[in-house]
Amino acid sequence: MDHAAIAEVYKREFASILATMIRALGGDFTLAEEVVQDAFEAALAEWKERGAPQNARGWLLGTARHKAIDRIRRRSKFEAPLDEDVDFQALGAAPDEAAGDAVGDDLLRLIFTCCHPALALEAQVALTLRALCGLTTDEIARAFLAPPKTMAQRLVRAQNKIRVAKIPYVVPGRAELAERLDAVMSVVYLVFNEGYAATAGDELVRRELCSEAIRIGRLLESLVPHYSEPTALVALMLLHDARRDARLDAEGNLVLLEDQDRSLWDQREIEEGLARVTQALRRGGATPYGIQAAIAALHAEAARAEDTDWAQIALLYRELARLVPTPVVLLNRAVAVAMHEGAERGLALLGEIAEEPELAGHHLFHAARADLERRLGRVPEARRDYTRALELCRAEPERRYLERRLAELGSKGN
Amino acid sequence: MQYILLIYGNEAEAKKATKDDQMKMFAEYKVFTEELKGSGKMLGGDALESVTTATTVRVQGGKTLRTDGPFAETREQLGGFYAIEAKDLDEAVMIAAKVPGAKYGCIEVRPVMRINGM
Repeated sequence: MDHAAIAEVYKREFASILATMIRALGGDFTLAEEVVQDAFEAALAEWKERGAPQNARGWLLGTARHKAIDRIRRRSKFEAPLDEDVDFQALGAAPDEAAGDAVGDDLLRLIFTCCHPALALEAQVALTLRALCGLTTDEIARAFLAPPKTMAQRLVRAQNKIRVAKIPYVVPGRAELAERLDAVMSVVYLVFNEGYAATAGDELVRRELCSEAIRIGRLLESLVPHYSEPTALVALMLLHDARRDARLDAEGNLVLLEDQDRSLWDQREIEEGLARVTQALRRGGATPYGIQAAIAALHAEAARAEDTDWAQIALLYRELARLVPTPVVLLNRAVAVAMHEGAERGLALLGEIAEEPELAGHHLFHAARADLERRLGRVPEARRDYTRALELCRAEPERRYLERRLAELGSKGN
Repeated sequence: MQYILLIYGNEAEAKKATKDDQMKMFAEYKVFTEELKGSGKMLGGDALESVTTATTVRVQGGKTLRTDGPFAETREQLGGFYAIEAKDLDEAVMIAAKVPGAKYGCIEVRPVMRINGM
C-alpha cells in the first residue's frame, strides 16, 4: 500500500475515528488527537509492508485505543490520577462495534462541539477544519493568512476551553437543535466563502476549503435528515462552486458573472445543486439558504447571461431581505433590481442604504454603485466610486478588475 | 463541575431604578434563588455592595498595597455571584440565563479550578 492510498484512508476515516476516540476519552480532544495521529503513523509503517487490513477503520480504532491506554497508564503513574471521565469499557471494546448509527452520532457530537457557541467563531472554524477535515495547523494558517503560531495558539486555547470549562461532547437536545444547527451551518458556509472569495493566498488550499465545506455539508445532510436546511446549504455551495473555473481568466483576473464562459461551469455540480434546490424548497420552504440557492439556480439555468430571469431573482432578493435584512443582502437586492428595472432604480435603492456603516466601508458597495453609474454614463460619479472601492479592496483579482474599469473610464475622456 | 456565575451590571444605571423596579428585581432574584436551592445545584452566592466600597489589594515587594475601588474602570461592575454545581457548561449556561441580572447586564460563567489536595 503506498503513501497516497494511506492518505486516502486518512481523509476518509480521520474525523470519524477521532470522533469516537474523543467520546471514549471523556471529551479529551488533545489526547484523542494525539493517539489518532499515533495510529495513522503506525499504519503508515505497517501497511506499507503488508498492505492494509480488511477492516482498516477497525485496525486504526483498535490501535488508537491501545495507544490511549498506554498513554493514560504512563501518565497516571507520574501525574494526576486517572481521569474519572475516561470510559475504559469503550476503550477496550471490540474495534468493530461502532457501526452505522454510532459512527454518525459520534461525528455529530464532534461537529456540534467544534461549533459550540461558547467558543470564538474563529476558533470554531479552526477546530472544525482540524478535527473534521484533518487539516494540519499549517494548512489552516495558510488558508486564513495567519501566522502558524497564532493558529496553533488558537487551537490549543479552544481545546483547553472545551476541557476546562467542560463543554459537553453531545448532540444538543431537541429544544436547542435547530438553533445549534444554524450555528454549525454558519461555520460551514464561512469556510466555504473563505475558500471561494478571491482573496490572496494559496489557490490549492482555498479550493480544498470549498470541497471540505461541501463535504461537511453533505455529512450534516445525511446525519440530520429531518432538517432540510443543510440540503439548501449544500445546493448553494455546489452551485457557486460550479462557477469556480470561470471566475478567473488565464491571468488571474476576476471575470464577472455576466462575462463568464458558461461552458466552463461544472455541469455535474450544477445538476446536483439543482436537484437539491428543488428538494430543499419543497421540504423547507423559503428559508435563507433555500432562497440563496434558488437565486444561484436561476443563474445556473441561464444558458447565456442575457437569458437570466432577473425578475424572479429580484423577487427572491426581496423575500431574502425580508428574512435577513443585512446590508449585504440589501446591496445584492439593489443590484438585482437594477438588472430587472434599470440602473436608475438600482441606484435609488443603493442610495437608501448608503449610510449603513457596514456598507460605507465595503468595496462591494462602491463598486456596485460605480457600475450602475457607468451604465448610465455618469462618468465623474463612477470614477469617484471606483476609486473609493479600490481604496477599500484588498483582494488582488478584484483590485485588478476595478483598476481596469477605472482605466476604461479614463480613456473615454471627461 | 463547579461554576461561578459572576453578575455584571451597570451600577450607575441601576441607581436610577425606581423603588418599584427595585422591588420587582428583588422578587425575581428571590424566586430564582429558591428555585436554584430547590434543585440542589446552589453551592453559595451573595449580592455585593457597590464598587465604591471596594478595595483592591496587591502585594508588591512584600508590601501590601491598598487601592480604592476595583482595578479597572469599566462600564459594568461585579454586583453579585452564585456558586453552582452543574453537569457541564451547557447546564451552567442554562442556569446563568435564568439569573435576573442577565437581562440587564451580563453573567460571566467561570469554571472553578480544581486543585488536588485543597
